[in-house]
Amino acid sequence: MMVDAAFSDPARERMLFARRLFVGTLVTLILSIVLSLRYFDLQISRYQNFATQSNNNRVLVRPLPPPRGLIYDRNGKLIADNRPSYNLTIVPERSDDVEQLLSDLGQLITLSKRDIRRFRKNLKRRRPFEQTTLHVNLSEAERAILAVNGHRLSGAETSARLIRHYPFQDLFAHAVGYLGRINERESQTIESVKYSGTDSIGKVGLEKFYENQLLGTVGSEQVETNARGRAMRVLDKTPAVPGDNLTLYIDSDLQRVAFDAFKGERGALVAIEVATGGILAMVSTPSYDPNLFVTGISQKNYDGLLYSNDRPLFDRTIRGQYPPGSTIKPMFGLIALQHNIVTPNDKINDNGYYYFEGIERPWRDHNFARGGHGDGVNLSKAIIESCNIYFYGLGVKTGIELLSNYGSQFGLGSATGIDMPGERPGIMPNRAWKKGAHGQSWFDGDTINASIGQGFMLTTPLQLAVMSARIASRGDARTPRLVKSINGVEQTPLQTEDNIEVSAKHWDYMHQAMQDVVHSSRGTARSISKGLDYKIAGKTGTAQAISIDAEEKYDSSKIDKRQWDHALFVAFAPVEKPKIAIGLIVENGEHGGSSAAPIARAVFDAYMQSQQSATSVVRR
Amino acid sequence: MHRGDFVRQMSNPGGDRRPARALHIDIPLLLLLLVLCGIGLTVLYSASGQSIFYVKRQATFMLVGLFSMLLVAQFKPRFWERGSALVYIGGLLLLVAVLFFGIGAKGAQRWLDLGFTRFQPSELMKIAVPMMVSAYLSKRYLPPQFKHVFFATLATLLPVLLVAKQPDLGTSLIIFSSGFFAIFLAGLGKRYLISTGLLALAAVPILWFYVLLDYQKQRVLTLLNPEDDKLGAGWNIIQSTTAIGSGGWSGKGWTQGTQSQLNFLPESHTDFIIAVLAEEFGLIGVLTLLLVYLLLIGRCMVIALNAQTMFSRLVAGTLSLTFFVYIFVNMGMVSGILPVVGAPLPFISYGGSAIVTLFCGFGILMAISTEPKRI
Repeated sequence: MMVDAAFSDPARERMLFARRLFVGTLVTLILSIVLSLRYFDLQISRYQNFATQSNNNRVLVRPLPPPRGLIYDRNGKLIADNRPSYNLTIVPERSDDVEQLLSDLGQLITLSKRDIRRFRKNLKRRRPFEQTTLHVNLSEAERAILAVNGHRLSGAETSARLIRHYPFQDLFAHAVGYLGRINERESQTIESVKYSGTDSIGKVGLEKFYENQLLGTVGSEQVETNARGRAMRVLDKTPAVPGDNLTLYIDSDLQRVAFDAFKGERGALVAIEVATGGILAMVSTPSYDPNLFVTGISQKNYDGLLYSNDRPLFDRTIRGQYPPGSTIKPMFGLIALQHNIVTPNDKINDNGYYYFEGIERPWRDHNFARGGHGDGVNLSKAIIESCNIYFYGLGVKTGIELLSNYGSQFGLGSATGIDMPGERPGIMPNRAWKKGAHGQSWFDGDTINASIGQGFMLTTPLQLAVMSARIASRGDARTPRLVKSINGVEQTPLQTEDNIEVSAKHWDYMHQAMQDVVHSSRGTARSISKGLDYKIAGKTGTAQAISIDAEEKYDSSKIDKRQWDHALFVAFAPVEKPKIAIGLIVENGEHGGSSAAPIARAVFDAYMQSQQSATSVVRR
Repeated sequence: MHRGDFVRQMSNPGGDRRPARALHIDIPLLLLLLVLCGIGLTVLYSASGQSIFYVKRQATFMLVGLFSMLLVAQFKPRFWERGSALVYIGGLLLLVAVLFFGIGAKGAQRWLDLGFTRFQPSELMKIAVPMMVSAYLSKRYLPPQFKHVFFATLATLLPVLLVAKQPDLGTSLIIFSSGFFAIFLAGLGKRYLISTGLLALAAVPILWFYVLLDYQKQRVLTLLNPEDDKLGAGWNIIQSTTAIGSGGWSGKGWTQGTQSQLNFLPESHTDFIIAVLAEEFGLIGVLTLLLVYLLLIGRCMVIALNAQTMFSRLVAGTLSLTFFVYIFVNMGMVSGILPVVGAPLPFISYGGSAIVTLFCGFGILMAISTEPKRI
């Protein structure tokens, strides 16, 4: 550094610096004088003015929190509304003796230790004349007691506010979500003015996704106060604008039928209106009561939900990722047909084992013990009887890249884009994915596993429903949506991706095959066809929860029920003009045909009935 | 260093400062800082609604700050000069990290979460930029040539833009002025000064239409018409000018300010605390505080003039001028002559990290002031 400095003139540089510092000092002094003059102007010249204003200025601006938007089902039934709740608050400045007041109150109503502890903590941080909450959710009886004794409880007030209420309790817990207290993390990311007077925020589900619409706009009122800060009269008021109301595609009756059909089993079901992509029902069981969260859930209740083996808080519809099993066979069949990899006439002989060149150990079919599906298995039969051996060969011939590309068009392997937060993408594996995730090359064995929806492949129940709807609509790729209209304004046409290119005859062929899964005597879901007056098309599936050796026989009686296979079913109805499509899973339900399909049947029946009664009303 | 330096230094006028010198403490600076802290805690007690909780926390931060200041003072200015590039580059990387991993408050992303605590890299830059620019320019011929001015400006603008993007307008303004002061003190030519001024004027419409976010524009509009935004910043200005104005000559007395005590004044313990002081201690109180600030700045100017190297001079001068910017911006915005940008009043406003940063800056000044004299 001294190299440069050696040739410089230190004395001159120093003088230059001193001059500059002098200029800086001068500016500092001038600006200080400006400041002093400004304060002199405010405090001395205009003192009289401000002093009067300050004396009269007993005007407080108070925020008026907006009522949160309501949520309705498609028939106008209230799913989330607001109810008044009464809190007991204390303003210590207005009480002569807070301790005395607390003990008086304790004799009138029950105050928990937690109430008192929280109150004392908040008391330390509050500002003068601010209401500090002592007890939330006063019952009607408690309010009456407090009102009668009001004269000797100066400093205590009951304040009313609106709290969220979910009349259906656990029925919509996952889809609609719930509202909870704003926590510290959230309080740092929200705009505090918007939330003045509001202490809750949407935590999960629709309540979170549509937070901005549901919240509304805060209003304000100017209140004149007396010398002790007590509000005397309202001078000016800007009313709050209530939040937007949401109307969902969901039919709460259908939701009830679906929920009850699980009969306490763990699982998930999503039903989609084929024409619009709207969600008709969205069930994840077991569920929980979202009302518990609204005023702050107790630690005990929360731990109970959090640590339960059944994981009730877990939204299986969009976050549960399961191997799709055989439910993807119709989709793979369509891909192979469209690309002329197989024709409906191609047949194989299935003896229960599939040998792949160069690999010693065979892949087996689930009914290998019976010697396979026998001679003459074509695509239709492979779908109807769910023949794995056929699809092993088909998968290898088609290749994973084609399967994977098409799979994503049917909604697998990436988030569907539904209007809910926290959706998981599932996995639609291909070469690049395996390289990235496992650092390994793709083997034909991986393709064979993928061809029956096992191995790396994972899907959410929502994705299964979307796949089912896209097959039902013959390739109309709609994004699933829960919200039908906001404040009565129909939401703009749902985003449609490019429609899936498969020729009409292949759709016909596959719809027929899926219909035969239910309606033919050898179909894997034939048990639900009894007494049907309309046609259902479907495909059963079984997903392994644990891996089983090829030679070992899967025997449910020998393993714990938690390790039983998951039962899956995708379906749509009526086949001639599909209106509703379903994807569902019953965890550890073993067989799609026996445990999952009957749930779908119950939902279809209820839906068809409601359609019939709707049309009959119109006719009348 | 020669042994002779030490002897000469001992014969310095100003009495026996040996113990203080040995600990690298500048007594006038320390006394003035302690006075400020005292004023700060007194006003804070009243401004926070007589909350001992806030006072205790603030006092803790002040102690941490004092300790950091003494620690910083123990290293020679030469050490800081050499380390400035490292600190600067480190700070820059952290600012970039904030863009990607930062956590936010109210739409702004300013902190890095270190697990046990939060850290605001923009605070570091308030010191790193003056150090870096001073170290860079002090190695060149002064007044600096065009290319040196160019690089110094670049070194300033980089962090300024990163911080403005968070967005934190108040801090980016402080960082910008610190870089500018360093270049100015180094002897920036008059031609540059004039053209910079013109450029700045030309930049105003660009800033308004392309850079400033809606809420920032709102702040400026609020200054012109405070009635428009009653729940937000406009309310603050109406209430703070009323609070200040109603203080008169001698104020309403400690903890007796109706505006602040009756909760009319939001953020009264942070950015708007000067309104509480003005209401309760009047113009006399305001001028006293301003006087203490000016004495402090004066002392820093003296240190700058007597400093041993050009680096020390530039850093000391820059830090003291920047310190005044804090005061001017805050007192100006609360009294309604500047837009509200979110700038705390040094040592008076509640807030931990800002106080520690300030003390560290004064630590460097102490290191400079107690540096042994060379021939």
